[in-house]
Formats: sequence, structure tokens, C-alpha cells
Amino acid sequence: MHQFLQQIFSGLAAGSIYASLALALVMIYRATDLVNFAQGDMAMFSTYIAWTLVNAGTPFWAAFLITLVASFLGGMAIERIVIRPVENAPVLATVVVTIGLLLIFNSLAGWIFSYTLQEFPSPFPDRTLFGALMTTHDLGVIGVTLVMLVLLFAFFRFTATGLAMRAAAQNPDSARLCGISVGRMFAIGWGLAAVVGATAGIMVAPVLFLDPNMMGGVFLYAFTGALLGGITSPIGAVAGGLIVGVTENLVGTYLIASQLKLTVALVLIILVLVFRPNGLFGTPIVQRV
Amino acid sequence: MTMKLITVTGLSAAGLILSVGLACAAGQYGPGASDTEIKIGNTMPYSGPASSYGIIGKVDAGYFAMINGQGGINSRKINFITRDDSYSPPKTVELVRQMVEQDQVLLMFNSLGTPPNMAIHGYLNDNKVPQLFIATGADQWNDPKHFPWTMMWLPAYGTEARIYAHYILQDLPSAKIAVLYQNDDFGKDYLNGLRSGLGDKADKMIVATQSYETTDPTVDSQIVALQGSGADVLFTAAIPKFAAQAIRKVYDIGWKPTHFLNSVANSVGTVMKPAGLEKGVDIISTAFVKDPTDPHWQSTSEYKDWLAFMNKAGLSANTTDIQAVIAYSYAQTMVAVLKACGDNLTRENVMKQAASLHGLQLPMMLPGITLSTGPDDFLPVKQMQLEKFDGTTWKLFGEVMSGT
Amino acid sequence: MTVRKDLAWVFPEKLAVRSVAFGRGVRRWIGPLVLIVIAAALPFAISNYHVFELTLVMIYAIAVLGLNILTGYNGQISLGHGGFFAAGAYTAAILMHRYGVPYWATVPPAALICFALGVLFGLPALRFEGPYLALVTLAMAVATPQLLKYFDRWTGGQQGINLTKVQPPPGLGIDRDRWLYLIVLLVLLMAIRVASNLLNGRTGRAFVAIRDHPIAATAMGINAARYKTLAFGTSTLFTGIAGALSAIVISFVAPESFTLFLSLSFLVGSAVGGIATIGGAIVGGLFIEFVPNFASDISDAAPWAIYGLAMLLFIYTMPRGVVGTLGPWLARSAPENQLAAPKE
Repeated sequence: MHQFLQQIFSGLAAGSIYASLALALVMIYRATDLVNFAQGDMAMFSTYIAWTLVNAGTPFWAAFLITLVASFLGGMAIERIVIRPVENAPVLATVVVTIGLLLIFNSLAGWIFSYTLQEFPSPFPDRTLFGALMTTHDLGVIGVTLVMLVLLFAFFRFTATGLAMRAAAQNPDSARLCGISVGRMFAIGWGLAAVVGATAGIMVAPVLFLDPNMMGGVFLYAFTGALLGGITSPIGAVAGGLIVGVTENLVGTYLIASQLKLTVALVLIILVLVFRPNGLFGTPIVQRV
Repeated sequence: MTMKLITVTGLSAAGLILSVGLACAAGQYGPGASDTEIKIGNTMPYSGPASSYGIIGKVDAGYFAMINGQGGINSRKINFITRDDSYSPPKTVELVRQMVEQDQVLLMFNSLGTPPNMAIHGYLNDNKVPQLFIATGADQWNDPKHFPWTMMWLPAYGTEARIYAHYILQDLPSAKIAVLYQNDDFGKDYLNGLRSGLGDKADKMIVATQSYETTDPTVDSQIVALQGSGADVLFTAAIPKFAAQAIRKVYDIGWKPTHFLNSVANSVGTVMKPAGLEKGVDIISTAFVKDPTDPHWQSTSEYKDWLAFMNKAGLSANTTDIQAVIAYSYAQTMVAVLKACGDNLTRENVMKQAASLHGLQLPMMLPGITLSTGPDDFLPVKQMQLEKFDGTTWKLFGEVMSGT
Repeated sequence: MTVRKDLAWVFPEKLAVRSVAFGRGVRRWIGPLVLIVIAAALPFAISNYHVFELTLVMIYAIAVLGLNILTGYNGQISLGHGGFFAAGAYTAAILMHRYGVPYWATVPPAALICFALGVLFGLPALRFEGPYLALVTLAMAVATPQLLKYFDRWTGGQQGINLTKVQPPPGLGIDRDRWLYLIVLLVLLMAIRVASNLLNGRTGRAFVAIRDHPIAATAMGINAARYKTLAFGTSTLFTGIAGALSAIVISFVAPESFTLFLSLSFLVGSAVGGIATIGGAIVGGLFIEFVPNFASDISDAAPWAIYGLAMLLFIYTMPRGVVGTLGPWLARSAPENQLAAPKE
């Protein structure tokens, strides 16, 4: 029984890591109707910026805030400079552009910061809770993820900018007719997604240790979790991430040898999607003829 | 008439002997070697998931540049050609063919990884090109009978695992062993080495094994599962990132097994410290090079030389990376072999010299560990020493062992 | 003009994009024929190493062609074609290594197995669209190395399978690299021909109709499920053949050869070449073979950054791919060839 609880709690801890990046993916998708393959590596790069600041003596929370601002501006800049040229191109062109971004960020991080594994400080004290089931940091990650979820949800649901952003994503032409600056909405969307990603990276680095390939595996699970929950739903992203984390752990421990853990977990998730092709909390898009 | 004939013949003969003599004096050369340069080829993952090993190629390049700055080897400069294969075997094949057929290198040196080396060793042996000091410790490479042109350098992973097995059989005969291993040849060689070292007790003693992929974000789940098996000995065969996570998780869940850690992942600076120094106390590992982050070695002149080299080569960001120390030693071995060739820089002679290392000492190897090779022995580094972590540094114990 | 249109279904190749670039009448055949002759003669004028490189280019072109059929013409995105490439490669490798099947006889079984896999995969894929389909195919790409390592008794596990090098027939006096080049060239030409007939014919039009207006297509009586599954199977058939050829040419297969990066490379090659074109597959093959090498030559410290920049550059200047952008521009005067261009 204790094992079972341990696995569930480990799964929740890992799942909250996936959930935090999944939120960034959902953010971009809701704002621009795109999947950003570079999201993980952008988050990793932001984390390196924070690391550089911390190493230079900046206190943690100051470094955190500066990084968030820098990431917001960086995200907006990327949208304007890199994504804008392919806005009207076929979707695949944008996919390739985000893949290109992924390679660029990964490689630049390795070049500037080297590939040596680095430590990253945690803002939370190093203690275990609930009889060694979880550490304070794990709980902190869950907490921060939930806070981001609430903020995002509120942003989209209750603010004018959020509404404008959703309009711009769903129907750019009509949005323009309503006076919404679609370009600005896209840029803000990317900026906010970068902020969410940076937060995810900073929360995650103490656990995973910082290196340029830190977010590679996480991106895959985050992507799975976001889609499982419904790519348009922030709640779905968090739920999906947590489910992926727990499922993976339980599958690896009880169902099949750890060598096939990833495969089986993916198969199970796809089975779920077969019955709910828009994810657990996603809304199906109805097309009128 | 006869006089003229004799004179002509005599002069021609003299000319021939003289030119042959001159050729001998100037040296015998295989492809890629000349009076002024020696071309060496190398493939390394400078991009992709294995890119953390790219530092090896950078240290090699930096070391050869330093040697060139000091005049080269027997007045010849080393032309080190290194290219990125992203750890993808088809790309390695392509790059090696380019280096052998187009760039005409004398030999291939220090290519990284088992799958990439597996993809090229048939080609290199067929074409009689030395494949020296490959950067992988898989057991199978020490096979001069079938692959006379391929030589290892690192102690084989299986060898190291057998050292641990020997220790366990002697000191912990009733142990229940759990193993965490990376799901590839690196991890599996360790697991199989442990099994073979335990002999027929293996099935009884190894009660649980868990593997992980390098794409897994954490190994927490695996550690929890291993604890659940009731084991009191844990063997971690992992790369630094996952080893650090494992050490930390083992401590956090309150599990106190006798913990063996593989030598690739025991650096104080990149593993023990991130995991938490107090969490790694009493972990046992082996070593064959000096850990650059271990305070014990930082006061020695050999370390200071190495550090100066790293800083001069523009690699100051990597002075905590043990791979950089190993790479330094690889490069020094290559230089030693090339020096021993003298002016006979044919591929055959390179192989011959590489297979004739007797007690070669290198500054950053642990004291007592030397390199030696022979016609039937293509494994230069065979010795390792056990060590235990005391919370600050690794304390060597026992004697230098050669695990066979 | 009218006569040509009526005969379109009899001689579908007359509508092939490739031939349009070279005008009408006899001139239509001279262009491709000259290209084929040059391609066949080329290996004898260049070094072995370059022949090997070009052979790889053609193999990747066949693989990318498969992806073009599925993602370009039928609109189903796939991030998992590396997995099908691996399936073809391992089929050929296991047949050669374990059962001593001669190399040329391994390609048809690889093709059939990959076709079956594609259909099997295509059936559940019917449920998914857009990013969900991307995830499902991504899962395939990610699971492939794991599965290959797990079934190590068949696949040789992490060590892979080392194959004995294929030898050319002794009488011909041709060396191994050139012999393999010619074989792969032959397969490439056959693949182009088959793809061209398929895509410019009825099936191809059904694919495109499903991609652009799925509802209208179904209303017109096209069985979307059948054609989408067929598209998947055909696509993986091509990619599987490419995989089998790669095993024969490289003489080595290992899980590390078939990572997610390979799947992404195919997708990138497809987009850069021109997703809904046949000629674009060749450009794609050239891109994914040469640009990484070029990037590594420019910078050892950050080769991927250069590769990424190259991708961006190509896509910015030619968003529909090289052939996708230049092709219609060259064929301005033949509006019926705009059929295959993907809708916005």
C-alpha cells in the first residue's frame, strides 16, 4: 500500500512538472491556434537566464521576476520576428518554423552555457512531507502550477484582453472588423506563453537539474498531457499532465517492465483519446457546411 | 660504349639508392601523413540528446592545438578533423567515409558511442584504417582477433561491474540487490557485468531491476519501485543527471541501502553536490581518473596544469566535468602513440605502436594506474580503484584492481 | 486544350507537375529523360563517397515522398514516419541477417509489412485531427526505439544488427557503391511514377478533396474513411521501402538510427521541398542530407542552430516549399496544374 501511495505521489510530482509546461502549450494554442514545438526549449533558455542572474548574486525572487519580464518581451519579439512572416503560410510551414526554433534554442543554450549539468536553487526548503511521500519542493511545484492555472483561466474568461485574444485566434478577420489588433494579440499570447514556460522551467530545474536537454522529455509528456486534457482547456492541461504522470508511474510499476513504460502509457492515453477525440475537457469544433 | 653503359647504370643505381635513402630519411607515410602534418578524423555528437559528450571532442581539439603550439609531434602538426554525427549511426557512417575517402585521414580517433562505432567498425577494419581509443566502454570492443584495427581505451563497463560483484560476494554475501540502469548498451553492460560477476548466485541475489530512458524526466518512480522490492543493496548504472536524481530520491524516501554508483557518474561537482552532499555519504564507486572537483586533487600540480590547459583552450565552463579529464587523457595517449611512430607514419605502424603501450603513465590518471596494451590485449586502461564518499570527497580504499 | 483535358484520365502523367515545367508536346518528355540519363551516368563521374551520399539523398527522397502523399495530398499530419522507416529497415535487416534472404528480395516484404502497418495505424487515426493526430503519430515515433530495444532477440537490441555488405553481381565490373546507387535510382523512378499516376488520378483527387473539403467530398460520395486509410497505407509503403533500402546501403541498423529527430527531419524535408508535390521530395532529401553537414562545417559549437536557421530561411523565402513555390510559378500558363496546391 505504501508503495502504491509513493508511486501516486511521485506521479503527481512529475505530473505537475508536465502540467506546468502543458499550460504554456495551451496558452499558445488558444492565442494563435498553433502548437509550438519550441516551447520546452524556450522555457529552458529562460531558466538559464535566471540561473545566470542567480549565479551573479541576484536574490532568487528578483531573478525570477526579471526572467519573467525578459521572457515576456522575448516571446513577443519571437512572434513578431520569427512567426509573423509565416502567419499566412500553410500550417506546416509554421510547424517547421517552430521546429527550427527548437533546434536554435537548444544549440545556443549548449554553446553559451555549455552542456555541463548545473544545479538550480529551489525557493522552497529542502524537507520531506507526509512521511517521505513528497518534498516541499514537489508541493511547491503543484502549488505554483495551480496558481498559474487560476490566473490563466481568469485571464481568458474574465478579462477583455483574454476575450480579444480568443477572438483573434478563432476568427482573425472578424476580430479585425471588431477593431482588435490581431497582430498584437498574437504577440501578447506568445509573450504570456513564454512567461508560463519560464515559470515552469524555473520550478522544474531544481528537480531535473539544468542542462540544455532538460525539457526534451518533459515536452513530450506535456504535449501528451495537454492533448489528453484538451488542447484548448487550461484545466485540461493540468488534469492531463497529472494523469500522464501518475499513469506512467503506475504502468511502470505494476503493469509492464520499465523498458516499455513509455510505450504502454502512450497507448493507454491514445485509447482514451479514441473515445474522446478532443481530449477530456476539450470542446469539439463543429463545422457548419 | 661499355664504359658509358657502366657509368649510366652506376649513376642510375646511385641515384636510386640515394632517392630511396632520402625517402627513408623523410619517413614512411600512409594516407593523411606527411613531413608537415598528421590528419586525424573524429566523430562526436555536438548536437542532439548526447551533446553533453561533445566536450570530449572539444578537449581533444584543444589539446592537439596546444601540442601544435609547442611544435607538434616530431615537427609535424596535427590536423584534427572533427564532425558532428548527432549520435546517429547513418550519419557516422557517412562522415567516416568522408574522412577516410575524401579527407584521407591517417586514422580515426576517439569516436563516441557504441551504436556509431558499431556502424563503422566493419568498414574501418575492411579498409585497414585504425579505429583508436573509441569513447565507449562496452565489453565487446576488446577483440583484436576479429577486429585488429579497433582499440578501446576506457575500462569496460562490465569490468567495473564485476569489481562491485566481487566486493559484494566478499563483504555482503547475503545481500539482496536492486539495479537501476539506463536502457541502452551502457546500462545493460553494467547489469550483465554484475550478473556475470555474481555467477550462479546472480538470480538469487538480484531481486529487482528498473530501467529508464534518457527521455524520462525523472527516475523517482523507479527508485520507489526498487525500494519496494526489499533490497538492501542498490547499484546505479546511470549518467550524471539521473544518478544525481537517484541519490537524492533514495535519501528522501528514507531508504538506506549499500549504494554502488558507476564511475561515469561519480563526479563531486556534477553529481554529488547537485544531489546534496550529505545525501551521498557512504556511496561506493570506482575511479581511474582524478575528479577535478574533488578537493583532494585540486592541490596537485597535475590538476593545475590541466586547469591551465582548459582555461587556455577556452573551456573554462567545463572545469567541473570529469569527461574533460578523461578526454585530456585520451588525447595524451594519442600523442604518445604518434610520438612512438617517429617517422614511420603508416597505418600499420600506428596500430603496432598503439598495441605496444607498456606502463604508460598519464598525469590525470589515479596513482598506480597505467596504460598497457599488447597484440592480444586492446584495452589500455584495465585498472580501477574502489572509493567511498565521505560527504566532501571520495576516499580511495583497497588496492588498484584489474577486474577480469 | 480541350482534347488534353478529355484524355487526362487516360494519360494521367500528362498532368504531372514535373512535366509541366518543361512545356508541351515532345518537349515534355525530353526534360525528364535528360534528367534520368544524367542521374544514371552521374555516379561514374564522381567519387565513391559522393555516390554514397547521393544514394542516401534518394532514399530520403522516397521516404519524404511517402510523407508528402499523406500530409501534403491528404492533409493528415504525421510526426511518426521515422517509425515506419524503421519498420522497413528492420524487416529487411532481419530477413537478411536471420534468414539469409538476398537483399533485393527484402524490399517487397518490407513494403507489404509497412503497408499493413500503415493501414492498421490509419484506422484509429481516422478519429483524430490536427494536433491530436500529431500526438498519435508522435507517440509512434517515440515508442519505436523503445520497442526495438525491447524485442532484442529479433532486433539485436541496442547493439543493432550488423549486416554483411551487399556485393554487386560479379560480371558487371561495377563497384558496390555505384551498383547500390543504380538500384536505388531505379526504385526512386518507379516510386515517382507510381506516385504520379496515383496522385494525378482518381485516388489522388479523392485525397485532395478530402484534405480541402472533407464534408463536401463525403457528400459527393467519396468514402473518406477508405481513402484516408489508403493514403496512410500508401504513404507508409513508400517510407518502408526507403527504410529497407537504407538498411541495405548502410549495412547497419540500430534503434539510435530511428529517433524522433528522424521523423522531424522527414517532416522538415517535406515542407522545405514542397509538401504537396512529387519533385519536392527530392529537394527534401537533398535538404535533410546536406544541410546538417553544411551546418556542422560552419560551426562545431552550435551546428543545430545553423540547421534551424537554414530551415527558417527556406521557409520564409518559399513558404510552400521549393517546388511548391517555384513549380506553380514556372507553370503559370497551365492552370489545371494548380489542382494539387494545398488550400490556404
